[in-house]
Amino acid sequence: MDTLIASFIDPYYMQVLTLLGIYIIAALGLNLITGVTGQFSFGHAAFLAIGAYGAAILTVKFQIPFYVALLAGGLMAAFFGVVIGFPALRLTGDYLGIVTLGFGEIIRVVFLNLEITGGALGLAGIARNSSITVVYVLVVITIIIMYYLQSSRFGRALIAIREDEIAAETMGVNISVYKIKAFAIGCFFAGVAGGLYAHLLQYLNPTDFGFAKSFELLCFVVLGGLGSIPGVVLGTTILTMAPEFLRSMSDYRMMIYGALMVIMMIFRPHGLLGGINLHRMLFKNKYKIETNRGTTDEV
Amino acid sequence: MLEQQLINGLTLGAVYALIALGYTMVYGIIQLINFAHGEIYMIGAFVGVSMVAVFGQGFLASMLLAMLVCMILGMTLERVAYRPLRRSTRLAALISAIGASTFLQNAMLLWKGPQPVGFPEVIKDAIYHIGPIEISKVQLIILATAAILMAVLNYIVKYVKIGKAMRAASQDYDTASLMGIDINKVISFTFAIGSALAAAGGVLVGMYFNSVAPLMGVTAGIKAFCAAVLGGIGSIPGAMLGGIFLGVAETLGIAVGFSTYRDAIAFTLLIIVLLFKPTGLLGKPIQRKV
Repeated sequence: MDTLIASFIDPYYMQVLTLLGIYIIAALGLNLITGVTGQFSFGHAAFLAIGAYGAAILTVKFQIPFYVALLAGGLMAAFFGVVIGFPALRLTGDYLGIVTLGFGEIIRVVFLNLEITGGALGLAGIARNSSITVVYVLVVITIIIMYYLQSSRFGRALIAIREDEIAAETMGVNISVYKIKAFAIGCFFAGVAGGLYAHLLQYLNPTDFGFAKSFELLCFVVLGGLGSIPGVVLGTTILTMAPEFLRSMSDYRMMIYGALMVIMMIFRPHGLLGGINLHRMLFKNKYKIETNRGTTDEV
Repeated sequence: MLEQQLINGLTLGAVYALIALGYTMVYGIIQLINFAHGEIYMIGAFVGVSMVAVFGQGFLASMLLAMLVCMILGMTLERVAYRPLRRSTRLAALISAIGASTFLQNAMLLWKGPQPVGFPEVIKDAIYHIGPIEISKVQLIILATAAILMAVLNYIVKYVKIGKAMRAASQDYDTASLMGIDINKVISFTFAIGSALAAAGGVLVGMYFNSVAPLMGVTAGIKAFCAAVLGGIGSIPGAMLGGIFLGVAETLGIAVGFSTYRDAIAFTLLIIVLLFKPTGLLGKPIQRKV
């Protein structure tokens, strides 16, 4: 499969596409926390880092098989998600955002100083196991899981928390438990994405996981449309590809990238696909018939 | 030794406080984390360097011009990137702020290149001894400037009409506008004042560390923001207290031997404080309304 794809895609673009898939997984995880549950997380890159270092150390130093390491990396990130999720219960809105931002920075500095992570030199010699096929199979699995989660009782409880915490609580939703679960699941996917990232680039450095990366992930989610799965995929694709397309303007591309973000937000403050129900748009007729039936029954 | 570190920490903290004031005032009124604030501080420092190096001006003239340029920049930024988003979600405005920050940062990188620029010697440095403490002239100037600027700010906010309007707007945005306060003017003014303070901070830091770089705004901005949250965001005395607290804690942390963990000190403190006082040291408790 990989050789087939490699025969008609330039290796450089293959790398970019694989990275895109990895970011989609991480962004979908963040979407569950920020988009669906409405909890700010400005430190998502830290969970990416935990997953990346966790998985890489397991395969490099302990010769654990790749897929097991990937899962273990995800679970480690989920564990830290729960750890950071507990203070989240006491804090709301921006304060929670700041704590996660601080947590992200602390993780980065700790990784910079630990011996097992290679410190500032970084961790090298990781096998290249994340092929484009593996990544996209996982992307599809993630999307399916996310759809399932969002349309389940669990997902509806999360949306209730986002819309109105007090009302959700009165309706019998255990806010604390759901918030922590959302954090754990979102961070698990970030961890898996991190493991894939490590086994794609084959080299890790703590500076890759600063708050710039966290905000990049947040931009993917917000720009695509909070809570919308196709929106997150689209947002991630546009923002990951934009610097590649702007490459012809070389020096100015990051400037234009910044300006584009401002302009897109001004014209579509709810994100590209925010507030649009794709399912409803595609199956318009079905909904029409159903609503018609409803009205005739009443009459 | 301890007294010496306290003086160094106080100097650093005074600058953090100057930047933190801009964050806290803007947040107090429109609940926006202005992530481009760190970039305004950086541009202020560059304007200061250019004034001294290219036009051969003195310290005071350079700083005043840097403040003026950043005032205009801050107001433009608010007009272009934030005002259209005032009625949309907080996250949308936040992303716009991040975009603006990326834009300004890369514009400066393009213009000046990534290498730090040295700050020309504008004041002949001297070292004074007060008992066991050594204090340099630059440190004295930083402390004095910060104190004067904060006193002026305090005066404006407490006694001048527009300052009263700012306080009214931060208490209740909608009611203030019903009482005939021109909210757009107040917000513009808030951005102008905050940016001017950040620019002054930039020039002072450039002079203190003798280096100005396009990426200097990132860490300084985030740390100053930490200081604002630490003190209780939205509270002006809180930002001053938070800044000084953070500066002193960071310097002491380095002196004790945590120098490789330098950037984590601020955030660890912040998390600890927020766990015990969820709205910061001087913040008002959040009221949950149904």
